Amino acid sequence: MAWDWQVFLNDDGGGRTYLQWMMDAWGWTLSVAGASWVVAVVVGALIGTLRTLPNSPWLVRIANVWVELFRNIPLLVQIFLWYFVVPKLFPAMKDLPGFVLVVFALGFFTSARIAEQVRAGIQALPRGQRYAGMAMGFTTAQTYRYVLLPMAVRIIMPPLTSESMNLLKNSSVAFAVSIAELTMFAMQAQEETSRGIEIYLAVTALYALSAFAVNRVFAFIEKKIQIPGFIVAGGTGGH
Amino acid sequence: MGGLDLSFVNWEIISKFVVNGFWFSVQLTIVATLGGIFFGTILALMRLSGKKVLMIPATFYVNGMRSIPLVMVILWFYLLVPTLIGRPIGAELSATITFIAFEAAYFSEIMRAGIQSIPRGQVYAGQALGMTYSQNMRLVVLPQAFRNMLPVLLTQTIILFQDTSLVYAIGAYDLLKGFVTAGKIYGRPEEAYILAAVVYFVVCFGLSYLVKRLQNKIAIIR
Repeated sequence: MAWDWQVFLNDDGGGRTYLQWMMDAWGWTLSVAGASWVVAVVVGALIGTLRTLPNSPWLVRIANVWVELFRNIPLLVQIFLWYFVVPKLFPAMKDLPGFVLVVFALGFFTSARIAEQVRAGIQALPRGQRYAGMAMGFTTAQTYRYVLLPMAVRIIMPPLTSESMNLLKNSSVAFAVSIAELTMFAMQAQEETSRGIEIYLAVTALYALSAFAVNRVFAFIEKKIQIPGFIVAGGTGGH
Repeated sequence: MGGLDLSFVNWEIISKFVVNGFWFSVQLTIVATLGGIFFGTILALMRLSGKKVLMIPATFYVNGMRSIPLVMVILWFYLLVPTLIGRPIGAELSATITFIAFEAAYFSEIMRAGIQSIPRGQVYAGQALGMTYSQNMRLVVLPQAFRNMLPVLLTQTIILFQDTSLVYAIGAYDLLKGFVTAGKIYGRPEEAYILAAVVYFVVCFGLSYLVKRLQNKIAIIR
């Protein structure tokens, strides 16, 4: 079978080439993943922290329910729930664009995983650190802000790296509600041009490239925030 | 809360639309787990063999699979397998092949960690007893590696069960599709999505509870 890379220069019927369409789609993939990442990290850090609170059993329970709920339902089903069901149940959310709903779905789904990592990171710290904070007269909030969280962040960098790469890959599921991202482009362009292999190869390469870029960015951050003499950077970012 | 009505659900609808799909999802999960562990173990052994001819392709395969989204892998196989074998295959068979190939990469990482968790002294002990490489692996290393990694393998299986919903991309008839179809026919799509979510939640939550108990059991014995 002969290659036909020229297909990317063909017009897609709407005045742009397939190459331009693919680049737009890449932009959507990165925007969905980026926005979801912000939601996931903010919510995940909060929920993960709540799960380690010493004297608030109800907050711990609520946070645990959050994690179990978002972890045990497939992402695709969650995306459908946000896209089709939530706007119907809450009319106030009817006018939200699909992009925002997908970002909520992907963000909350990932937040459960990040919460689990944050919890593990905080609990990996020696108990003495918490006591040291208390002995200094810190409030619980101060203990977390100045003692526990700064250390936990450094511990969870390797799993957070692979989770962020997962998030990028998971953004592909947004095709199911017609977000114009890379996978959606791949499916439509494959059908229109019947040059599936060239299209899929290009899309796959863009995904791999993006995942690799995320990996490098996190490796850089991990190195920057490393404290000499503390946690040994043995993490390889394993899955 | 705007007008949810679950009263349309009855046993007839469930058995007509959902049971088939649920059965396919379960089958796919089991076949992909067994196949994935089998090929994953082979990949792990290749990566740990110390021979470049085996290490490089296995590493390339595992890292390649892990760096692209599952949906793309599903689409790839659906496009490529018919071209390779020269005749069209159904979405269900294509999905099965895809999941075995994809999960092998993830299971191989688990098995690799499991094999590496066995102290080197055990391997040396096997060698000292005159065991060949395959005897050593079969009788000493792999049984312990499986045992150590059992909770992780099962957790991956639960993730796999959730991931089977992605066969939506090629239209295979699984649990989710069963609910979606029923919802469409009876004009109750929202309720169908909620029910699908409930079923997935119950299955996955139940299984992870069992895994947690198993983990404690294993932890006590060791």
